[in-house]
Amino acid sequence: MTIAAVQSNPTPAILPGSGGMRGALSDLFWRRPKFLLTLMLAPSLLWLGIVYIGSLFALLAQSFFSIDEFSGLINREFTLKTYGDLFQAANLDIILRTVTMAALVTLASAVIAFPIAYYAARYARGRWKALFYLGVMLPLWSSYLVKIYAWKLILAKEGILTWLLAKLNLLWLLDAWLSLPVVGGNSLSVSFTGTFIVFVYVWLPFMILPVQAALERVPGNLVEASSDLGASPGQTFRNVLFPLALPGIVAGSIFTFSLTLGDYIIPQIIGTSRLFIGQAVYSQQGTAGNIPLAAAFTVVPIVIMGFYLWGAKRMGAFDAL
Amino acid sequence: MRSDRGQSAPLGLKIAAACGLLFLHLPILLIFVYAFTTEEKSFVWPPPGLTTQWFAVTWNRPDVWDALSLSVRVAAISTAIALVLGTLCAAAVSQTRFFGREAISLLVILPIALPGIITGIALRSAFALADIPFSFWTIVLGHATFCVVVVYNNAVARFRRTSGSMIEASMDLGADGFQTFRHVVLPNIATALLAGGMLAFALSFDEVIVTTFTAGQQQTVPIWMLEELIRPRQRPVTNVVAMVVVLVTLLPILFAYYLTRDGDQIAGSGK
Amino acid sequence: MTSAVSFKQVSRHFGSVRAVDAVDLEIAAGEFFAMLGPSGSGKTTCLRLIAGFEQPTAGSISIFGERAEGVPPYRRNVNTVFQDYALFPHLNVLDNVAYGLMVKGVGKTERLKAAEEALSLVRLPGYGTRRPGQLSGGQRQRVALARALVNQPKVLLLDEPLGALDLKLRENMQEELKSLQKVLGITFVFVTHDQGEALSMADRVAVFNDGKIMQVGTPEDIYQRPNTRFVADFVGSSNVLPPDFVQRYSGQHRWGSLRPESIRVSSATSGDGVAARLVGTNYLGATTRLALDADGLRLHAVVPAGTSLPAEGEAVMLTFNRDSLHLMDEPA
Repeated sequence: MTIAAVQSNPTPAILPGSGGMRGALSDLFWRRPKFLLTLMLAPSLLWLGIVYIGSLFALLAQSFFSIDEFSGLINREFTLKTYGDLFQAANLDIILRTVTMAALVTLASAVIAFPIAYYAARYARGRWKALFYLGVMLPLWSSYLVKIYAWKLILAKEGILTWLLAKLNLLWLLDAWLSLPVVGGNSLSVSFTGTFIVFVYVWLPFMILPVQAALERVPGNLVEASSDLGASPGQTFRNVLFPLALPGIVAGSIFTFSLTLGDYIIPQIIGTSRLFIGQAVYSQQGTAGNIPLAAAFTVVPIVIMGFYLWGAKRMGAFDAL
Repeated sequence: MRSDRGQSAPLGLKIAAACGLLFLHLPILLIFVYAFTTEEKSFVWPPPGLTTQWFAVTWNRPDVWDALSLSVRVAAISTAIALVLGTLCAAAVSQTRFFGREAISLLVILPIALPGIITGIALRSAFALADIPFSFWTIVLGHATFCVVVVYNNAVARFRRTSGSMIEASMDLGADGFQTFRHVVLPNIATALLAGGMLAFALSFDEVIVTTFTAGQQQTVPIWMLEELIRPRQRPVTNVVAMVVVLVTLLPILFAYYLTRDGDQIAGSGK
Repeated sequence: MTSAVSFKQVSRHFGSVRAVDAVDLEIAAGEFFAMLGPSGSGKTTCLRLIAGFEQPTAGSISIFGERAEGVPPYRRNVNTVFQDYALFPHLNVLDNVAYGLMVKGVGKTERLKAAEEALSLVRLPGYGTRRPGQLSGGQRQRVALARALVNQPKVLLLDEPLGALDLKLRENMQEELKSLQKVLGITFVFVTHDQGEALSMADRVAVFNDGKIMQVGTPEDIYQRPNTRFVADFVGSSNVLPPDFVQRYSGQHRWGSLRPESIRVSSATSGDGVAARLVGTNYLGATTRLALDADGLRLHAVVPAGTSLPAEGEAVMLTFNRDSLHLMDEPA
């Protein structure tokens, strides 16, 4: 085959279709791109859009049913009685406890995440940058249960933390902390303090990544300009770095907040017998068999996160995701 | 954020960042030590002695093997489903501008954006409503639901970097839709799909919250571990399994990172 | 004359945007045809209509006498050199070039031989084993050219093929493309927004504006005898003269155009001619470009370098041959 004498090229300008099933299908897809698009989206839409969203709505609908207290059967009539139950003092306690925990965990994650993210974004280069990235990604993807288990080992009365504090002659500090009301307890692994530490540990990578992403976008010379203009490091942080990192922190807090609100395993394994929202949902739908109340409980994190996301969007946090 | 070369970080920042990273990694490393402890009844530190006998004990535990086999099968099939659905969705969303693509993105992300317990209960009540008994397949369906997003995200990112004119170029050169997919689209997104698949596998292998609601009597590895955490039977076996789980999830993550680390390809960029 | 491409009242609308609006166009077989216009003028959409990436909203398109509406790109014996080259990054250069033959089912030895030949044709022999990413912009462009030519297309489409190259490379490529087209005899249709490129390379030029063709003709036609103010202004930089001005010299009340090089400038203050004032000079090497103000009308003249010139701000007299004053079709 040579490229010459094309002037007398005998091939037609329009080639015939390749024929057969494949040719016909290919032509059909080309002529009807919307048909191809529909085919591509149909399986996902059928599953996610109909079955999944459908079951979410079915779940929400159940929160408007009630449970017959004597027979334990579900009464399928519209009522707000279940929501009345939700706002009983004991349940309000659960909600308040969970939201407080979520807020504290978010705050602590942001404080611990910032130096890591800042170092990775501003100072780490090449090999170190990759190392930092993996250093955050690996814990993020490591087994959730194994991470909780590791903390059970650490916080146990006979575990490494007690041993370490004993070596440092600081056991009195631990005892003093454990004797405090609310945050204390028999040992760290059955206290709110323990629950708090594990929550922070497990969700921390979700905070680091968006903060780092936000800081990557801050030009380095902005920081230098600020110190050039005579700002102290503290002032630079307050007036330049923090406002620029804020969208990243808010983006990260979406994760830490939402994940804490919905979790039922961490407080079950490391914590007190006082419930969090996730545990309440779990026990209402399981042992108590009160699906309507469980459904009403799930509405709480959804509503809270709805407001949270709305606020975050207004702060431009989604650009940092 | 860029700064001048050679400038080094303040000492305080270095210490804070190092402490943060240690905080993230030490607990996981601790698992490796405990796998070798001779202590059976408690979590005492330091370990009174070191032994490898628990590896043998674990090796001979059929329940561990059953859980592992179930987890691997569930993860493999969920990943396969997620690969197909996620790739198709990503292709549709990124190759065409159509009404509602934002909604599709949101829909795909929803199963991991909502707390797992909500997804779990919703699916459980849906299965109950449709009279579907719990089985291997109900676990797979639950996992595929939230694995799609991982594949989707990876594929969308790659499609965005792939020059749109490449598909036109292929068709221009005489390749029909199928040939274009096989010879141009697939080779260009292959590594992204592999990475997405790896992450989906790791996600499924590790999932416990949704699985609690969609599994019947069968135990995946995380369910087995949860059971051991709540009602411990033989602690040293749990230690060994925990270590193995860390290693098993580590490999796909590292591999996925390796596959996607080159941020910018030269996908036909002319300038 | 066989028509390689024929547009009959072709329109392509995107929503309310008329990208191509009722265009009639005949491109002859073996012709080097340029589509010239500013961005958004519809020239690229026309190219994509020929390639088959777009379908006309109305009208009919024929390629060598065969109707092309509804025919997918892969069934048109037409190939494109893309603006961003669109080389396949996962294939080496030789496989890139052989791609079209591969999907047509040509055997491996035969297609690699043809691809190697095509690479020699674009003066890149032996580059086959490299990856597109290892090539310079100019080399990638030659690969894209070879990849299209190896299929022996009836029409070769080039979308701003030289846009991404630097000046020197661009000039070399212009000559090469032109001689390649002569040797191969393939119909070349190329899109550009650079009037110099269009005039120097093409046998005929179509000037696009707002989805319509303003004028089709040889480069000389377009340059010397623009039919509208738009063409006069866009192709080169003709002086556009208002009807009242033109009437004084030609007796006809129509828009006119006058090339800058047709204007003679003298420092006489009386006599026949247009009285003006020199407001600026711009030294361009071989020539000098003068900005003139003729009673509020802004004119440009180009004179050979070394011409003695009055100082800026001084009064001058402009003269020109009546023949070089071109009357345009555009209604006054």
